[in-house]
Amino acid sequence: MTVAANPIGQAITWINDPLNWTNPGGMLDRLGEHLTISALAVALGCLVAWPLGLWLGHLGRGGGLVVLISNATLAIPTLALLTILPVVFASGFGKTPVVVALAVFAVPPLLANAYTGVRQVDPEARDAARGMGLSGAQLLRRVELPLAVPYLAAGFRTAAVQVIATAALASFVNGGGLGQIIRTGFGIGIAAGGGQIVAGGVLVAGLALLAEVVLGGVERLVTPKPLRRGRQRLGRPRAADATGSA
Amino acid sequence: MSFRLSYRADPGNPWFSWQYVRDNSDTILAAVREHASLTGRAVLIAVLIALPLSVLAYWVRPLAGPILAVSGVVYTIPSLALFAFIAPYLGTGATTVLVGLVLYALLLIVRNVVAGLNQVPPEVREAAEGMGYGRWRRLFRIDLPLALPGIVTGVRLATVSTVALVTVGVLVGHGGLGQLIFAGFQNNLYKAEIMTAALLCVALAVVLDLLLILVARLVTPWSTRRAR
Repeated sequence: MTVAANPIGQAITWINDPLNWTNPGGMLDRLGEHLTISALAVALGCLVAWPLGLWLGHLGRGGGLVVLISNATLAIPTLALLTILPVVFASGFGKTPVVVALAVFAVPPLLANAYTGVRQVDPEARDAARGMGLSGAQLLRRVELPLAVPYLAAGFRTAAVQVIATAALASFVNGGGLGQIIRTGFGIGIAAGGGQIVAGGVLVAGLALLAEVVLGGVERLVTPKPLRRGRQRLGRPRAADATGSA
Repeated sequence: MSFRLSYRADPGNPWFSWQYVRDNSDTILAAVREHASLTGRAVLIAVLIALPLSVLAYWVRPLAGPILAVSGVVYTIPSLALFAFIAPYLGTGATTVLVGLVLYALLLIVRNVVAGLNQVPPEVREAAEGMGYGRWRRLFRIDLPLALPGIVTGVRLATVSTVALVTVGVLVGHGGLGQLIFAGFQNNLYKAEIMTAALLCVALAVVLDLLLILVARLVTPWSTRRAR
């Protein structure tokens, strides 16, 4: 069992080498890949989960389905999905299968929060809107959707942080991203690559924490003031993010 | 999308193959054993650390915020990065995986145990005090038993997510069934190997979860009695 001599010192040296930033496959390349994959995955997840969640919430049905989907994805190892999807898509190992695999993990928090967001709307507000003669679609668009925005934002943050964390695993199927820096480090061996491994870890962790903080700010901004204090984050409990950070 | 019935279109490389399972039963069993043992040890250690930590957060209110916040930050760190931080110090052994798994499981358990402890009704607490229960006796006779549902929830969540997380241990060569998934990927996309390992992973999570539900029934007989 080998152990690196001074991983933190090595990591600082590695990060300070400008070539490690600008080389092909350097930090900037990987960061770009990471953000592209994550953004596409979250967008795809929103596209699928939000309409479905809002619609189910509007109908007031399918709560069991939402819970089932959340629980099922908790048990599926990320690595398995990342490996299986590229084989299913005959396209091979381009970006698409990785994006789809990541989107699968973005769906549960988005879906659960969209559903809860609509369900928590005060029934009296709904009745008042009905009384004013709003049709079902109008009710959803003009009353339920605006009132669900804070929940949508909370789901978006959870999903995005989860996807950014999980995207690091894309490196196992040669999908690129910041995880690749860590994998390359392990390829070199811990004794020589320890610095690079730690540096990659710092980048991946830093990006995830940054996303959490920034999106937390966004969430606050879109939440109307009276609703800000004392509201717990809803939907899939943070606990269930487990798979996401896997 | 070209999802098709592979056993017909692609006889050489099916998704499911008993042949594979039979020929590699030793490897598969060893992987399952490693997977289960890593999960079991990680959850056990996490419980042993989480319980005192939760009680501390419960007794010393000002500490509750920081304890939950720190474990929350650790939880946000992607697993790959966490393993990357640990590996250079602990080497590429099973210990690295174990430490990472424990850190993740910790938050899930602490959060749920603290929630469970806080749910103990104040009247009950006061009644216990009125009966002359000291701090420790109240903890073991009143608070912890009443917090058992929360503890069980935490342990179940931690177990299921740990099973999924073990696979990331591939990075340092101790990923249990993840080892097979990754080998299948590298081995020219050996579908049967990938699928078998993935299904076993999910199955292991389900089995362990059911076991924990059973244990929960046994340790909280009053919950089922009340339901009846």
